Amino acid sequence: MLVSLNWLKDYVDVALGAEELAHGLTMAGLEVSRVERVGEGLGDVVVAQLLERGQHPNADRLSRCRVTDGSETYDIVCGATNMAAGDRVALARVGAVLPGGFKIQKAKIRGQASFGMMCSERELGLSQEHEGILILPPDLPLGQPVAEALGYPDALLEVEITPNRADCLSVVGVAREVAALTGGELRVPRPRVPDAGPAVAAETSVEILAPDLCHRYAARVIRGVTIGPSPAWLRRRLLAAGVRSINNVVDVTNYVLLELGHPLHAFDLNRLAGGRIVVQRATDGEVFTTLDGQERRLGRDTLVICDAERPVAVAGVMGGLNSEVGADTVDLLLESAYFLPEGIRRTSRALGLRTEASYRFERGTDVEGLIRALDRAAELIASLAGGTVAAGIWDAYPTPHPKRRVGLRTAAIHRVLGVEVGADEAGARLTALGMTVRARTREALEVEIPTHRVDVEREIDLIEEVARLGGYDAIPATLPGAAVGSSPLPAAVVRGDAARDALVSSGLYEAVTLSFGDPRDDQRLGGGAADAPKVVVENPLSRELGILRTSLLPGLLRVAGLNVRRQAGDVRLFEVGRTFHPVAGQPLPREVQRAAAVLIGSRVPLGPWAKAEPVDFFDAKGVLVDALARLGVRDVAFEPTADLPWLHPGRGARVRAGNRDLGWLGQVRGERAEAFELELPAVAFELDLEAVGAGATGPAPWRALPRYPAVERDLALVVERAVPVQAVLDAVAAVGSPLVRSVVLFDAFEGGRIPAGQVSLAFRVTLRSDERTLTEGDIAQVESDLLACIGERTGARLRDS
Amino acid sequence: MIDRLEALESEALVRVAEAVDLSGLEAVRVHFLGRKGELTLCLRDMGRLSPEARPAVGQAANRVKAAVEAALGAREAALASAGAEARFAAEAVDVTRPGRRAHRGGLHPLTLVVREILDIFVRLGYSVVEGPEVEGEYYNFEALNIPADHPARDMQDTFYVAPGVVLRTHTSPVQVRVMEAQRPPVKMVAPGKVYRCDSDITHSPMFHQVEGLLVDQGVTFADLKGTLVEFLRLYYGPDTGVRFRPSYFPFTEPSAEVDIRCVMCGGAGCRTCGGTGWLEILGCGMVDPAVYGFVGYDPEAVQGFAFGLGVERIAMLKYGIDDIRLFYENDVRFLSHFA
Repeated sequence: MLVSLNWLKDYVDVALGAEELAHGLTMAGLEVSRVERVGEGLGDVVVAQLLERGQHPNADRLSRCRVTDGSETYDIVCGATNMAAGDRVALARVGAVLPGGFKIQKAKIRGQASFGMMCSERELGLSQEHEGILILPPDLPLGQPVAEALGYPDALLEVEITPNRADCLSVVGVAREVAALTGGELRVPRPRVPDAGPAVAAETSVEILAPDLCHRYAARVIRGVTIGPSPAWLRRRLLAAGVRSINNVVDVTNYVLLELGHPLHAFDLNRLAGGRIVVQRATDGEVFTTLDGQERRLGRDTLVICDAERPVAVAGVMGGLNSEVGADTVDLLLESAYFLPEGIRRTSRALGLRTEASYRFERGTDVEGLIRALDRAAELIASLAGGTVAAGIWDAYPTPHPKRRVGLRTAAIHRVLGVEVGADEAGARLTALGMTVRARTREALEVEIPTHRVDVEREIDLIEEVARLGGYDAIPATLPGAAVGSSPLPAAVVRGDAARDALVSSGLYEAVTLSFGDPRDDQRLGGGAADAPKVVVENPLSRELGILRTSLLPGLLRVAGLNVRRQAGDVRLFEVGRTFHPVAGQPLPREVQRAAAVLIGSRVPLGPWAKAEPVDFFDAKGVLVDALARLGVRDVAFEPTADLPWLHPGRGARVRAGNRDLGWLGQVRGERAEAFELELPAVAFELDLEAVGAGATGPAPWRALPRYPAVERDLALVVERAVPVQAVLDAVAAVGSPLVRSVVLFDAFEGGRIPAGQVSLAFRVTLRSDERTLTEGDIAQVESDLLACIGERTGARLRDS
Repeated sequence: MIDRLEALESEALVRVAEAVDLSGLEAVRVHFLGRKGELTLCLRDMGRLSPEARPAVGQAANRVKAAVEAALGAREAALASAGAEARFAAEAVDVTRPGRRAHRGGLHPLTLVVREILDIFVRLGYSVVEGPEVEGEYYNFEALNIPADHPARDMQDTFYVAPGVVLRTHTSPVQVRVMEAQRPPVKMVAPGKVYRCDSDITHSPMFHQVEGLLVDQGVTFADLKGTLVEFLRLYYGPDTGVRFRPSYFPFTEPSAEVDIRCVMCGGAGCRTCGGTGWLEILGCGMVDPAVYGFVGYDPEAVQGFAFGLGVERIAMLKYGIDDIRLFYENDVRFLSHFA
């Protein structure tokens, strides 16, 4: 909310400068996010009148004007076109200095002498408006400094009002806080309404048929008003607050809203059927046209203001076109009411219509203060638009709100704040805020809450006020003495961190992508097995962010593509995060912690040491196996799979531990990667970290370092290409010799002297005994057992060397 | 005889000096001192001398032999050292060529910041807890004292996935879940992703928070101040200026926003702090008694405080990042900056 410092000073004396005031308010919970100074350095600019506007003889776009400041007349060349003879303008004469430091000099423009400048709002530093020059209200005296005439200089404070402080959504509301903080006196307007007309009951009537939604409805009638423009001071104040001037009556209702914080509405009384008001629920499906010209369908929960026949306003939100105050309006009915905050909020949301009025009503308005607002508006309208105010107020208030009294114990203050505040001090602070202490002991207060403080209902609310007014700086900083045992880190946190650390040490960067996905991603991955039920976002930011992801792969492929397009070099990325899976019959989806990685580009960084070969399946597998080892999974099995549609059918595997599915690994099919705008070959994997956690066996028990030497034997075998390495390893395991400590494949090739369709596999077998040094006989025995079993199971034979 | 010995010595010394490598030197040694070498043969002839002549000749012979051996030894050492140098010269590498390196990797800056924050609170005795990212409205709003049709809901633009089911807008629902499951005392921090319908240079529809909660007997607002000052000084340095100012959150009362002295300008006022010299860094407050009502705690028996940290904000200030979208774009050049 924008608050003009000059306006504020109408209600409270402010000795502080704008910056100090802003700081004081901020430290009291009314955060001032910005202080804007307007109209400074305008001393030299005066109110003038345009006498004559003629065409510049040598320039189509310029005009030659004659302008008077009341004592002298000046020739001025001007480029603007929005002015006409008779207009009041802001004149900077020769020698004047504008706020930006620009000094006005006598000039010759296309051969015509010019003795000054007529200024735009931007040139005066009043706003960004530069469409034309500033046209001033016609009632300003010529020669008066513009600053003085318009109430400048001023400072505008942008105050952030938290949702609980509805009472501060007005200039008087902020003034009340300032008075409480500075010890100043608050001067609330005390309207004097010249209500000399006939009794209001003779003019209208108000009936509340929905007292649950409308607690109070007060009305005044004014007859014989003259609709016209508002005076300069009123238009200025509205403008400073960002409100457009419409006409004197509507402007007054807006002004009172800004001043006192209570929304008002003015009806054209002669357009109200029966000249009376009925407050009731709308008929379901009823169509109503609001002031903004929009047709709106109302529901049964919508509270409407009706005349004898039909709705004339959506209560607390917006008036209707059918009863709008216009140029020909003569008689008015002024409304000042209290509507249930929740009801207004529901209506406003259902209609998608937020207004200054609904914003205040839904935060809670002052049920007692609404009379003052009504009177203030009647007083101003009578003075600005004339007319006769009917005597008295029609005040429908079926069940008055009880006075709120709240108890406050000094012990509770101490318990919550950790600092002692005595009853006297607490009472003084609350009194400064407009509260009334009704009873007091050394230990407790009984406080009556003013009706504008809709947020104060409980003891804790009073404690907050005591703390706030004393300043949070006055509360010491201590450390809690509480001794609380702590718990181990959750398994998911440990697992996630272990996965991250392992993948980083394999030379991958961690990515964090949005949890949202595109509903078309499954199709991009190839449909079929890629199709997974999705959690759908009802109000997504865009179609591309319409669902919650079920896989981390699409996000990583997109990020990889972006990096490739930006020529970021080799791209090695992983992500650890959750995927979301609907569960039938459950309101919340299952959230699964996963880790995924994508590798693109060269296996090693560019350099003279190794050929720059592109990464392949086995690079990804190596990274995966290292990560799994770090996560405590050692017995991993890789099963070839051709049914994951995003993977090369000959270069994909499911990752399993025991009978548990941990995830997948493989080379991404080119056309699938391209669907995510990734044009380079990629290898990838994805793991379900919860399954990984379940499959982890933890660290193996330590065994003493070997005391006897090991022997290494290389077995060079030739097998059919179709025989997987795993079959050889399984055969070795089947022999079951306790002397075999490891079997490592260290070479694999085909072609050359190896017959077509066959492959040469070289294994290094490490043999060792824990009891003795092995003999040639031991070694020969194991070797022949291994060869026999491998040969029998896989058809392998020793390669001729 | 002595003349012959001296002639042999001269000749030997010349040939030692002329030897260019170790094998040539060995040939010289054999030629003079070998079993059939010139000097050896010459000494063997001494038997034929008269007994009177023997001592003088013997003396000369020993001197010559020692001189030749010394020359051989010196030359051998010189040749060996020259050989090693030549080998080293041949083996020299260009030390300006690049080292042999593997690919580097690194953690995302948000992960780094979350770990740093958690490390501090774990040291202060807080337990780490996680909660679901898709949440019931009850946990995300109602039980946090944010009823339906309450304007406080405007503070957070909410994504819905089903009636009554939202993407959590803050990590605060974890507070409720933990208090539901556990009697006081409670001392926890909850890191995680949160979601709001908002996207621009300073807002992302997904971002990260760390929630904190301490509930026990006798916990006060002063303890809240002390705890957060401790955290901020551990994180930003012992001289960090900290201020608390009143604010509003539906689930805490009294509530506060916490500012630190601007890390960019030190408080003088700059673009980052909007000229105020202060940076808003977190929100906090005493747990509102209404929240205890939802979890069955007795507000007369226990008090507590809660706080919420914006991880992106902290990371942006720490590293001087001005566009939140960089975190989710994952440009490798951005990621590698933090490795």
